[in-house]
Amino acid sequence: MCLAVPGKIIAVKERQIATVDVNGNQTEISIRLTPEAKQGEYVLIHAGFAIEIVDEDAARETMRYLLEIMQYEDEKQ
Amino acid sequence: MKDERVLLAHGSGGLMSQRLIDEVFKKAWSNEILDNMLDGAVMEVPSGRMAMSTDSFVITPLFFPGGDIGKLAICGTVNDLVACGARPLYLSVAFIIEEGLAMDQLRSIVKSMAETAEEAGIKLITGDTKVVEKGSADRVFINTTGIGFIPEGIDFRPGRIEPGDKIIVTGQVGDHGLAILSQREGLSFTTPALSDCAPLYQLGEIVNKYGNSIKCMRDPTRGGLATVLNEIAGQAQIGVRVQEADIPVSLVVRGACDMLGMDPLYMANEGKMVIFAAADAAEGILADLQSLPQTADAAVIGEATSEPEGMVLITTELGARRILGMLEGEHVPRIC
Amino acid sequence: MKYKLSLLQAIQDETRNISLMEVCGTHTMAIARSGIRELLPSNIKLLSGPGCPVCVTSQGDIDGVLELVRKQDIILITFGDMMRVPGTGSSLEEERSRGADIRIGYSPRDALRAAQENPGKEVVFLGIGFETTTPAIGAAIEEAREDGIPNFSVFSLHKIVPPALEALFADAEIKIDGLICPGHVGAVIGLGPFEKLASQYGKPCVITGFETLDILEGIFMLLQQIQKAEARGENQYKRIVRDQGNPVAMGLINQVFETVPARWRGLGVIPASGLKLRPEYARFDARRKFDIPEMEEIPIKGCACGAVLTGKIIPTECALFGRSCTPLQPVGPCMVSHEGSCAAYYRYMPLERKK
Repeated sequence: MCLAVPGKIIAVKERQIATVDVNGNQTEISIRLTPEAKQGEYVLIHAGFAIEIVDEDAARETMRYLLEIMQYEDEKQ
Repeated sequence: MKDERVLLAHGSGGLMSQRLIDEVFKKAWSNEILDNMLDGAVMEVPSGRMAMSTDSFVITPLFFPGGDIGKLAICGTVNDLVACGARPLYLSVAFIIEEGLAMDQLRSIVKSMAETAEEAGIKLITGDTKVVEKGSADRVFINTTGIGFIPEGIDFRPGRIEPGDKIIVTGQVGDHGLAILSQREGLSFTTPALSDCAPLYQLGEIVNKYGNSIKCMRDPTRGGLATVLNEIAGQAQIGVRVQEADIPVSLVVRGACDMLGMDPLYMANEGKMVIFAAADAAEGILADLQSLPQTADAAVIGEATSEPEGMVLITTELGARRILGMLEGEHVPRIC
Repeated sequence: MKYKLSLLQAIQDETRNISLMEVCGTHTMAIARSGIRELLPSNIKLLSGPGCPVCVTSQGDIDGVLELVRKQDIILITFGDMMRVPGTGSSLEEERSRGADIRIGYSPRDALRAAQENPGKEVVFLGIGFETTTPAIGAAIEEAREDGIPNFSVFSLHKIVPPALEALFADAEIKIDGLICPGHVGAVIGLGPFEKLASQYGKPCVITGFETLDILEGIFMLLQQIQKAEARGENQYKRIVRDQGNPVAMGLINQVFETVPARWRGLGVIPASGLKLRPEYARFDARRKFDIPEMEEIPIKGCACGAVLTGKIIPTECALFGRSCTPLQPVGPCMVSHEGSCAAYYRYMPLERKK
């Protein structure tokens, strides 16, 4: 029960309602759970609410870390 | 302009009915066969094999981005005829109208049917109208039945599919389903997706050129591409293998499906065709399809295999294979 | 793609016998869809745990909802997932065909809107889901309170994940070497609860995202820990999950709900694992508002969903699987829910099933 999709905030309106864009589709969500979310940021949307702000830099962090491990193991062999 | 509505009396068979037929239907659809106003249509038909197809259209909303129930009612039957390899000729139309339907809406549905029929080169030659009490129908239901002429020698059916035949889809899938969904009550989102609703008469050129190199065609309407592939695999007793990465799906449809927990391969299309064709003709067919505006996004998505019989396998991006099954129950938005 | 394949290669190089469990239905689906299971060597087993809120909902709770729509003239709004779940002798889909006003919504905000548009009618939202979903429901309830919407209420079947995972780890019959932890639950509750589980039960726990790449990374990270005989809580899904979770979301859960014992299908009653509306929010609690009693638990004959949900058997080992229980005619909830293990197995099984 945890399907969620990233969307870009294109406008923040009154009462913590934001318009988000998901590949060109637009919908209104509540950003009540991520009150610091700003226009232009990507948020993770679940059941009409943003549940977290997406941090793409952090994604690359995991990849860099795992690449290092794999490289290290290759060298070991 | 006053708020004119369809009344029960419009279906009474009396003067009101007469007026509705004359002023709404006949005016829009006039042709030499319909204008005779006989109890049935009387027309010349070419000698040879004919195809006949019937379909009923019930859709909410009546008007949607990219089309309306009238356009849909023509496209649905025209495309079924095209899938049989036929050149669409004539169409009968039956309306069941709930009393209270706005006359303007009926007019615009009828107009859009006329335009679509003209585009597809098919004639509306006989019709019927019933008006039912409020609550007995949902605004308007339309049935269309069409006949078309099958050129000499054309024989499209699943039984002719052989292992090695290529599978072509004539464009991006899922747009119609998404466009309709975005209009449904309770799901508040907007999408740039338009219904792909279109009469695929242009495929006639491909049929003429490639003849029986085409083995079978079917339009992936309700249940989507996945359902049609399964139907054909079952009827032809062949295996079907498709590559997930080769199936054309727009980013918009993909994004909306991710958001709603739906699958583009099960979303309805109203202007697409799935074509099974001999391998040596597939490249030519694809190139020709891509040169036609209606089918510019066509792609080869897989091929028929000798086994496993009756099953559709899809190769995922990672190279794993899994079964692509039939749609079970309603395809509804979910959050799981 | 190259990185993905090298991860896959690294995983395929593993030679020990290892059982990993995923406890999120979205993982079950993603794994099935991508075909990862088929590409793993036979010594690495991927089990599906109690990760689908629809599947773990007890028969009695579903019967309670059916009782509500039969007895009361209300509008029930539910996520599409719940429509076909069989209760005792009926389902929401069947009740709708008999005239109940049951609508599919995408968000609890849809229910708020329906309540405002239908002031003369009671609108009930069927609240189901884990920590990912509960904050959204809590926020909608809070919004209804702020705006004074009197005809809105929630039938809460919400549950929380960590107590179920503890029950799972505490069961000696269940043999798991590591846990693929639910990314979107993690986004709300953070790394803490998984760190605690890992150290308490000595099993590596990795919060994992849902893209194919995420899952491969998550599995690889688990294998790394197992190889080094470590048992840490780790976070693969850093682009979404912060170590501390989402404090605002957690705050809303705690503000609106309190924990109660809840019955999980397959796991039985687990203390403090269910969520009920706090007394301050009683007027938004559909159970109280319409006086729906706790229903007796009537087990489904022959259905092994319980054993499937705890990874004791895989779906194909259930006697009903694919015979009397199929997605079209589901007997148990694991076959109904789109992300149920049985449905995912049935739908996305590699060729072996038909052979």
